[in-house]
Amino acid sequence: MDTIVGIINYIVFFAITAGTYGILSLGLNIQWGYTGLFNIGIAGFYALGAYTAALVSGPPPGAWDGRIFGGFELPFLVGLLAAAVVCGVVALLVGIPTLRLRADYLAIATIGIAETIRLVLKNESWLTNGVWGLQQIPSPLYGPIHRGISRFLSGHPGLPLWLHDLISKSYNWFYLLLVLGILLTLYLIMQRLVRSPWGRVIKAIREDEDAAAMSGKNTFSFKLQALVLGAMIMGIGGGLYAHYARFISPASFKPLYGTFLIWVMLILGGSGNNKGAILGSFVVWGIWAGTDFLTGYFPFTATQAASLRIIIIAILLEVILLWRPQGLLQREKPPLGDIPKNKS
Amino acid sequence: MQMLSRIPQLLVYGVISGSILSLGGIGVSLTYSILGFSNFAHGDIMALGAYIALGLFALFTGLGIPNTSFGPLSFGFGFILSFILAMGLTALAVILLDRFLFKRLRRSSSIILMMSSIGVALGLRNVLQFFWGPQPHYYIEKIQLAIVIPGVGVRIKPDQVFIIIVAIASVGLVHYFLQHTKMGKAMRATADNMALARVTGINTERVILWTWVIGAALAATAGILAGIENKFITPELGWQMLLSIFASVVLGGLGNPYGAILGGMIIGLSEEVSTAFISTGYKPAVAFIIMIIMLLVKPTGLLGKRR
Repeated sequence: MDTIVGIINYIVFFAITAGTYGILSLGLNIQWGYTGLFNIGIAGFYALGAYTAALVSGPPPGAWDGRIFGGFELPFLVGLLAAAVVCGVVALLVGIPTLRLRADYLAIATIGIAETIRLVLKNESWLTNGVWGLQQIPSPLYGPIHRGISRFLSGHPGLPLWLHDLISKSYNWFYLLLVLGILLTLYLIMQRLVRSPWGRVIKAIREDEDAAAMSGKNTFSFKLQALVLGAMIMGIGGGLYAHYARFISPASFKPLYGTFLIWVMLILGGSGNNKGAILGSFVVWGIWAGTDFLTGYFPFTATQAASLRIIIIAILLEVILLWRPQGLLQREKPPLGDIPKNKS
Repeated sequence: MQMLSRIPQLLVYGVISGSILSLGGIGVSLTYSILGFSNFAHGDIMALGAYIALGLFALFTGLGIPNTSFGPLSFGFGFILSFILAMGLTALAVILLDRFLFKRLRRSSSIILMMSSIGVALGLRNVLQFFWGPQPHYYIEKIQLAIVIPGVGVRIKPDQVFIIIVAIASVGLVHYFLQHTKMGKAMRATADNMALARVTGINTERVILWTWVIGAALAATAGILAGIENKFITPELGWQMLLSIFASVVLGGLGNPYGAILGGMIIGLSEEVSTAFISTGYKPAVAFIIMIIMLLVKPTGLLGKRR
């Protein structure tokens, strides 16, 4: 029974993480999948969202903290909203100088902003507590739910041990529902959006920007909007991570996790398809977790195993690019109902 | 005033780091102008070169090839031999990469190539980390005394003079190659207009091959010189410099190798001088801010052509 409880707890943990990545992947899908914007600074927006949410909703600096600012203990949703807004503003600042130029410039600038954010998190201790990071970030409704669980357990002393274990960790089920709820909501909003007139313009820009500009669309403005929107969604993903992990530091946001894995998720799932974005995040996170077990069977050191896992994911990316660039799910064909019929 | 008195010394450091950035930048610039994409693996190709040299040097030392220091330098024949062979082997590795990967993606959009280069970047870095580990490795563990230049009072080590001389010589060779050899002229023609170059009978695949060879050899040079300057190498060596290299290339004008040299010098100098005023940790951010300002003022860069 113990192993089954362990597996269930692992699956819940797995799904929370994959769901968070699904949100990031949806954000990237608006930028890359639908508009064709090459953002490789996802890690930066992810970290920025996490830190913003933690500073807005977290506790004030403790006695041992180096920081002197932040910790307003505002509600969870306010923190998420702030994370989205801050990420949106930063995306705006990155987009303005680069979106009129070739894709390369946006790519370089997004890597630059991600690196700059990382340096600020590491060096500005007054705000971020430097390498020690932010601690005791509250998980939403943790207190009431945990009290309920304890009351239930003390009221039912005769429970078998495995059931006791399972129930005592059931807060994570609540968090999973929360993440999946937000993921679903964002998915539905994105589906509406990409089928709206706005969505048709960004898809037109992806296919042929000059043609879209010729038909009178201000392509710069639409690209900027898509970049900002995607970054805001990434910020929400970062906020959800902070509230689940309850502790964040600059080391939590290596360029690999934040950026590369999300890219592989989106490309494998199928860029330009929101279902693909979510599917990809679960599949790639599954592969990533699977390689952890796999490398455990070989006599590698921990750093060697970590390197090997990244090499596997890098090869996976190249294989997809060479042999199945469209990913698992293809772009959605526009339904015929989208085309206005002539009333003749 | 304390800060200002450090500036002459920081300028010297700036020239050294600018030399290394310039050599890295030339490769990025050539790849961009001939193959049409920003190669995010360039930093890790630099690291690859630095590690190949490390491996060869260990091998040669084991074989008993002498490494008696040349004059005041901290290294001798064995190391120079490793240096030169590492340039060739890095070029060979990059040619193989082109054959198996980039060549097959030649018809894809530049963004697909960029993405694939990011995969290569992470793959290469972790191959290095797999074999050598994340800890620093030293070429030569020997403390070298700096020479004080009389009058100005700045200090410079003989190894640092070597770095600057190698950089100047490499830039000179690249200039000669581009301006005075047939392949160099073909390369410039291909950069201008690949279709037109092909029509005039230029073998563009050969041009691409040479682009990789020169870019990779210079990347290896930059990586090894960075190893000499820092005293150690890690698998992150190239990645840590990549943002500054891209900033240099954009500042000088993406696609123009001379711009990369100028941009590299300006970024190198600004990064070092900035440490008189702000935390040294912010060097890459300084490069980034300069790049963003350049993009706002003149996106084609200092030496860029108007499109």
